[in-house]
Amino acid sequence: MSGRPPVLVLAVGNPSRGDDALGALLAERLEAAGLPHVEVIVEFQLQVEHALDLEGRSLVIFVDAGMGTPAPFQLRRVKPAADFVHTTHALSPEALLATCERVVGNVSAETWVLCVRGESFELGEGLSAAAASNLDAAWAALVARVEERPGRVQIRQP
Amino acid sequence: MSTLPLETADHPGNLRRVVIEPLSRVEGHGKVTLLMDEDDHVQQARLHIVEFRAFEKFIQGRPYWEVPVMVQRLCGICPVSHHLAASKALDQVVGATQLTPTAEKIRRLMHYGQILQSHALHFFHLSSPDLLFGFGSDVARRNIVGVAAAHPEIARRGVLLRKYGQEVIRHTAGKRIHGTGSVPGGVNKSLTAAERDELKQDIYQIVAWSRDAVHLVRRLFEQDLETYRSFGSFEARTLSLIRADGAMDLYHGGLRARQADGRTIFDHVDYSHYWEQISEEVKAWSYMKFPYLRALGREDGWYRVGPLTRVTRCDFIPTPLADRERREFLAFDEGRAARATLGFHWARMIEMLHAAEAIKDLLHDDDLLGSDLMSGGPRQARGVGVIEAPRGTLIHHYRVDENDQVARANLIVSTTHNNHAMNIAIREVARKYLDGRKITEGLLNHIEVAVRAFDPCLSCATHAMGKMPLDVELVDAEGRVIDHLVRGST
Repeated sequence: MSGRPPVLVLAVGNPSRGDDALGALLAERLEAAGLPHVEVIVEFQLQVEHALDLEGRSLVIFVDAGMGTPAPFQLRRVKPAADFVHTTHALSPEALLATCERVVGNVSAETWVLCVRGESFELGEGLSAAAASNLDAAWAALVARVEERPGRVQIRQP
Repeated sequence: MSTLPLETADHPGNLRRVVIEPLSRVEGHGKVTLLMDEDDHVQQARLHIVEFRAFEKFIQGRPYWEVPVMVQRLCGICPVSHHLAASKALDQVVGATQLTPTAEKIRRLMHYGQILQSHALHFFHLSSPDLLFGFGSDVARRNIVGVAAAHPEIARRGVLLRKYGQEVIRHTAGKRIHGTGSVPGGVNKSLTAAERDELKQDIYQIVAWSRDAVHLVRRLFEQDLETYRSFGSFEARTLSLIRADGAMDLYHGGLRARQADGRTIFDHVDYSHYWEQISEEVKAWSYMKFPYLRALGREDGWYRVGPLTRVTRCDFIPTPLADRERREFLAFDEGRAARATLGFHWARMIEMLHAAEAIKDLLHDDDLLGSDLMSGGPRQARGVGVIEAPRGTLIHHYRVDENDQVARANLIVSTTHNNHAMNIAIREVARKYLDGRKITEGLLNHIEVAVRAFDPCLSCATHAMGKMPLDVELVDAEGRVIDHLVRGST
């Protein structure tokens, strides 16, 4: 796993469900920045096999939309926990980290969640005005966190 | 058959209501209402899907060639199934009555990859915690981490099987999600030799692990035969695709419907006119439709789809290891396992083994490397595509106008086919475990175990943090809440 970029940004959400697109949109911006030390993965949901994507990283940031999140976003450290919320086929970041510890081995990376507040998640809707504003605020925070890593490249703001 | 119709309790106004909302480890906003009589006996069970998903509206007005990609956003759980069902429907629109060998085999490979990863997820992540620890065991333990602590090798294999299926999808669809590999008339890429060889490296291990998983379920049945035999069990009519020679075929075939005792209702029916056999009923209390077989009518025409149906109603499975396991499953306990609701889990693992074997066979077929990817013919205004998705039969039906836009769409997803059957399973379990006036975590989970056997996907494909607590209410005939239980994170 030594050849992997040290930073992983794992964004989740459905681009066709209104503000659930927040994670994917942030990932899109980051991907466009073309940073060699960052790998960006976008998924609908976190699943057990993502535990394998965490290996060999120094920094992992989970990016998602949140309904009850304080606006514009929350950036917090996240630790492994048996947080199996009743969601189902999907995992929370905490549960994924716990799965990784049990199945793959200890997570050596610093792990964060960037949760951006969304308002509406209906199928076929676009991004709400409030979420668009939150997106810009969250982008700055994401850039700052990613640029702290070694091998960083200055990201130009859009 | 059911002994009491779900919709015809004698005095529904006198029934108490138990509300379970939403179901754990089931997608979306599922809610269960149990209507109880004055003697605390469960009379009715209703699984509600709270959210109206508006699939058809989402698709209408789009150019038809966009549809196979955009329908993947309907469901974050089995996007490949929608990708392929839409492609098959639109093959008809572009006049592609016969795909090239490369196109069909690439699509099949993608589909078997999806079956493998979906069944692995369901069994190792969602169901094995219940099955290994017991339905009434500590909820904090009933998850993949609990399994990893007690059975680390089982958990590890679950993750790696899932990962392998995802890799098959990535190579055939082009990406991990939002793949574009399948298009109306064929596919837009084949495999390179390097991609094929990469997948070949692990496939024998995947086949072996899949076979071990079948044997694990068998051992679980043997350890608690009475529970597995009777838990939420009922007789059901069935519907599935079937190959012309009677073989299981998860990608293509005709429609086969059977009575609960195995008698044929219809067989090898061309699905392009499915509405001549299947109709959909709307009920006031649910956004989800209730499909039924026209020949039997609304009351008696409900049926069950999915792994248990496919494994028990095919004449054979066209891969040797899976077919051997099928025969042992059918013979086990004088055929009772093949009729049990928990038999879904055993059947699901047999299908996972079949998918692994089918992938292995395809990886030895040079057609996967071909360059003849597309076919076509006279443009048509209508197309129907049907596949056997991991959870059961999936129907996509489109009408395309002269501007190449989708004018009408109708989708019948597996969970909708199983709607009535799930209600009956819930009611049967509730009658045995929930009679009374007190709701407990263990009792709730028995209902959830019954629902999970079907692996319903009520997914709205959203994943926003902070959604979906588990809220349970017991309400008496006068509307008073006499018990209330909230289950948060475990």
